Amino acid sequence: MKKGNKRLIISLVFVALLYAAGCLIEHTAGTKSMVVTVLQKGAVYALIAVSMNLLNGFTGLFSLGQAGFMLVGAYSYAILTIPMAKRAAVYQYYNGGWVQFTIGVIPALLVAGIVAALFAALIGMPVLRLKGDYLAIATLGFAEIIRAIVQWDTIGPLTNGSNLLKTYPTLKNIMPGNTVLFTFIVVGICIGLILLLINSTYGRAFKAIRDDEVAAEAMGINLFHHKQMAFVISSFFAGIGGALLAMYQGSLQANSFKSSMTYEILLIVVIGGMGSVSGSIMASFLFIACSEWWLRFLDAETVLGNIKVPLLAPGFRMVVFSVVIMVVVLFFRKGIMGDRELWELGSRRGAKGGRK
Amino acid sequence: MSEVKTNVPVLRLENITMQFGGVVAINNLSLEVNQGEIVALIGPNGAGKTTAFNCVTGVYEPTNGIVDFHGKPIVVNHPQGKMVKQYGGINGDLYKDRKPVVHTPDKITHMGIARTFQNIRLFKSQTAFENVLIGTHLRRSSNFLTATFRLNMKEEKAMREKAMNLLEIVGLADVANELATSLPYGKQRRLEIARALATDPTLLLLDEPAAGMNPQETDELGEFIVDIKNQFNLTVFMIEHHMNLVMDISDRIYVLDFGKQIAEGTPEEIQKNPVVIAAYLGVDEE
Repeated sequence: MKKGNKRLIISLVFVALLYAAGCLIEHTAGTKSMVVTVLQKGAVYALIAVSMNLLNGFTGLFSLGQAGFMLVGAYSYAILTIPMAKRAAVYQYYNGGWVQFTIGVIPALLVAGIVAALFAALIGMPVLRLKGDYLAIATLGFAEIIRAIVQWDTIGPLTNGSNLLKTYPTLKNIMPGNTVLFTFIVVGICIGLILLLINSTYGRAFKAIRDDEVAAEAMGINLFHHKQMAFVISSFFAGIGGALLAMYQGSLQANSFKSSMTYEILLIVVIGGMGSVSGSIMASFLFIACSEWWLRFLDAETVLGNIKVPLLAPGFRMVVFSVVIMVVVLFFRKGIMGDRELWELGSRRGAKGGRK
Repeated sequence: MSEVKTNVPVLRLENITMQFGGVVAINNLSLEVNQGEIVALIGPNGAGKTTAFNCVTGVYEPTNGIVDFHGKPIVVNHPQGKMVKQYGGINGDLYKDRKPVVHTPDKITHMGIARTFQNIRLFKSQTAFENVLIGTHLRRSSNFLTATFRLNMKEEKAMREKAMNLLEIVGLADVANELATSLPYGKQRRLEIARALATDPTLLLLDEPAAGMNPQETDELGEFIVDIKNQFNLTVFMIEHHMNLVMDISDRIYVLDFGKQIAEGTPEEIQKNPVVIAAYLGVDEE
């Protein structure tokens, strides 16, 4: 028990240092700098990746609906927070829209999660009876359908159809100069809650289902009930993640929540390690840093001396990513962390690595 | 030891028939397991022993028949739909007027029937301790919110103590933090029993607990089963091929062949029964 406490304190100090570093970087480098962009988007993706890991890595449900739940969360947030004065301009094609009230940012984030969770509860009932690939296909289908529905003209007064949603509170204007701190705090609380859940008796039940459904059921674990719970909770946090992404982007359009977004997150989860929260977080920052910053040069046509460097052309970045995915899946199937956590390294269960 | 034995049936199978398509895997099986007894179910491979277990634990839904647990019907069924015409068993009309009762395996475990598996099914990524701990999950009173916010500390502590206690009883306390699948075979079997005990059962179903064990391990297992039976006030129903073990510890034996019960009795009676010798035991080697 004492040892556990010590480890907890070290972890908390470590997290506090990370927060301080994030703040410091923003104050020295400025909100517009690339590194701050990476920190903001990386944190948002970390939350979404961890929520996906809860489902795919910890409960063993291969779901590809994450983009759909993010979209639901993002739209819920944006619709509820656009200031009254600006609604007429945003909903110019729909007579100012149906929703004629606004709520605060934090309540709206919560509502974003709850609405996504409600969708998950509804979809979960039929879909969670499916297994493996079938579940993946069904959830992927849901994400595509929800994207189409949101752009449907009939509910345009609610969602603004295929037009942009904008002027809602974004990261830049709710805590100017401290955008990283705000993102880190919201994401930190959410991931903290997920971690507490995973380490509770319910988290153990999730892992039992992942390891062996038949044995889990024989141990008195109601499969449907627990799968539904994991699905709803994962979607709740994906909804909040979607809302944060909307805050990061500054404007919102359903078309950006394509299935390729789900694959990006899946890639993060796999690179980080299925069943490792800290792995997902690290992989998320790494991935965002690469895609937004370090590997940007791959997309730019470059001339060295008077020779044009071959292959470097718009879109080449994605080719490199695809190769990375293949290499990871072929040779590093356990990702950065496997199913261990950063704070478990060097402690018991040394035998856990290198086995699959 | 004998004082805990009574003639009160804990588990009673009545005319259970399990038919898969055209194949009748179990044909009109009726048996009783009384409070405090160790009852064995034996028979050649493919006789339908594990199928019988699966009918009791809710993995399969029997085509016809009743399963009673502590006097309450936990499974009731009669041939329905297509099966009415296809039905190859007997007594198909007996339960026509009864409302079918079906429970999922987790519900049956809740009622107090715990089982182990023929091919060990431990949670691979978990330690021995965590495996047993998962078995305590079903008696929880917390919901996911109280568990997340650690408002169930008392219960969590009690769960952990219970799991550790069980590991000590089965003699695995020293390997509590080892990965379950890294344990030697015999210990994995014991761990599976400990995990089953964590669900607070009154009836323990053991599916070939001695499979793959050498004679010495088998002997130890026999003592172990009798020990935990007495300690936890259990009733044990087991499938086993090791005849030494079966004859040593069983109070009664049922013999199954081709889905049909061919004999029932005490170990002495079964050993002398010519039908059983012909179908399963074979001629005594000694």
